[in-house]
Amino acid sequence: MTAEALAQRPPAPPRPWTRARIAGWVLLGLWAAAGLGLALFLVASWNPELFSQYAPRYLSGLWVTIQLVAISVAVGALLSIPIAYARLSRNRVLSWLGYAYVYVFRGTPLLAQTFLIYYGFGSFRPQLEAVGLWSFFREAWSCALFAFSLNTAAYQAEILRGAIQSVPRGQWEGAAALGLHRLQALRLVVLPQALVVALRPYGNELILMIKGSAIVAIITVYDLMGETRRAYSRSFDFQTYLWAALLYLALVESLRHAVDWIERRITRHLVR
Amino acid sequence: MRKLLLALLASASLTGLAQAQDTTLKIGTEGAYPPFNNLTASGQLEGFDVEIARALCDEMKTKCEFVTQDWDGMIPALQAGKFDAIVASMSITPERQQQVDFSDPYYVNSLTFVAPKDAAFDAKAQDGKSIGVQQGTIAASFAESNYKGADVKAYPTQLEAWADLENGRIDSVLADFGVQYGWISSPDGACCEFKGDPVSRDDKIGIAIRKGDTALAGRLNEAIKAIRANGKYAEINKKYFPFDIFGQ
Repeated sequence: MTAEALAQRPPAPPRPWTRARIAGWVLLGLWAAAGLGLALFLVASWNPELFSQYAPRYLSGLWVTIQLVAISVAVGALLSIPIAYARLSRNRVLSWLGYAYVYVFRGTPLLAQTFLIYYGFGSFRPQLEAVGLWSFFREAWSCALFAFSLNTAAYQAEILRGAIQSVPRGQWEGAAALGLHRLQALRLVVLPQALVVALRPYGNELILMIKGSAIVAIITVYDLMGETRRAYSRSFDFQTYLWAALLYLALVESLRHAVDWIERRITRHLVR
Repeated sequence: MRKLLLALLASASLTGLAQAQDTTLKIGTEGAYPPFNNLTASGQLEGFDVEIARALCDEMKTKCEFVTQDWDGMIPALQAGKFDAIVASMSITPERQQQVDFSDPYYVNSLTFVAPKDAAFDAKAQDGKSIGVQQGTIAASFAESNYKGADVKAYPTQLEAWADLENGRIDSVLADFGVQYGWISSPDGACCEFKGDPVSRDDKIGIAIRKGDTALAGRLNEAIKAIRANGKYAEINKKYFPFDIFGQ
């Protein structure tokens, strides 16, 4: 028997109906009513013909979205390592370069970056052909991957930098005292601690990328949003957007659970 | 605080009244479809649609105000009352007629391909080729149902489809004859030319209005007849096209 079980529970504190509590319940009721309204709308406007025509397309769009985000986040993670390294470097030039990269890509909209890369590079076709890069920039898909990877690399570099800096200096010093090289110290001592801190921000970045990826529809990639726009432009039926919203919600929600699960796993040593 | 709130409410209801009494006819157009409706460098609307709409308003003796709206959201915006009529080269199709009413046609169009001058092109051999269209147009649905082997790429506006044709990302652009004509006769479209005969003809363009707005439909139809009869239509037509765009 543990000590906890023996200790007596204090009586529950009184919970009066304060103004804040009433307001909370009213707001909750409004949200529930809105949710119920949407559900009723979906049931009432259920159109089997529309569904059978567009459901396969929505699924293929969803798959495009997942691929796009997965690949660009992975490439961005690789790119973010040298950028974070540069940001943390004592070398003035290197750290300035890292800062400038992050500054530009965080300070401008992803939409503008995607447009610039797709249509901007498109107008330099002869030069790109000369260096053999046109076959890459010709495809909307690879332009989107390129833009997204560069963008998420900037955010991930900042996440990584913040996480590394959150590890106390003593850890570095301890590793040095044990005779570990700086890179060894980073890999074996600092990163395992930093990544615990970085997990949540990484999860957020992934979620932001999933939602941000909806803009590729404007450069002719048929992702989930692209398929939605196509369905809407044919049917003029508002529920097409609602279906897309539900699919995005499901995607984000399953991701959230995955991140929760990983966090529970990697912080077991911290649970008291 | 309460007084301020009351004052705000009062002013809000007053502006509401003012809007109700206002007889200005609001006209929605896209502003990215030269030479039918586009924005000049200084942000003014110009083009065939815009001038026809102005002529119709003069004829109906109403004040008109233009609202620019993305093509995707054109019909929902009309239904939501953001404007009262769409003069934006909108084809009369059965799908759209389920959502909105149309005036009589004010011109007739056909779908035609353009492609680079030096490219060999056969409208019947489109498998494996890429065709650029504008999302939500009849060209988009026509291309998707008639060229199943082709890669049909849908752009938010017509201008982006042409930009990619110039870049060489796509092999051809399928769109209305009139809008393609405007582009290939401008310096921007010097790369390209019409290829083959129109693939679909007799595409009637009308003014979309909210369902059941029959009074406005009647006035618009009268006005269209009037500007056809008094030469105003021919005058605008001549400014943009060397052929009669009205059709039969």
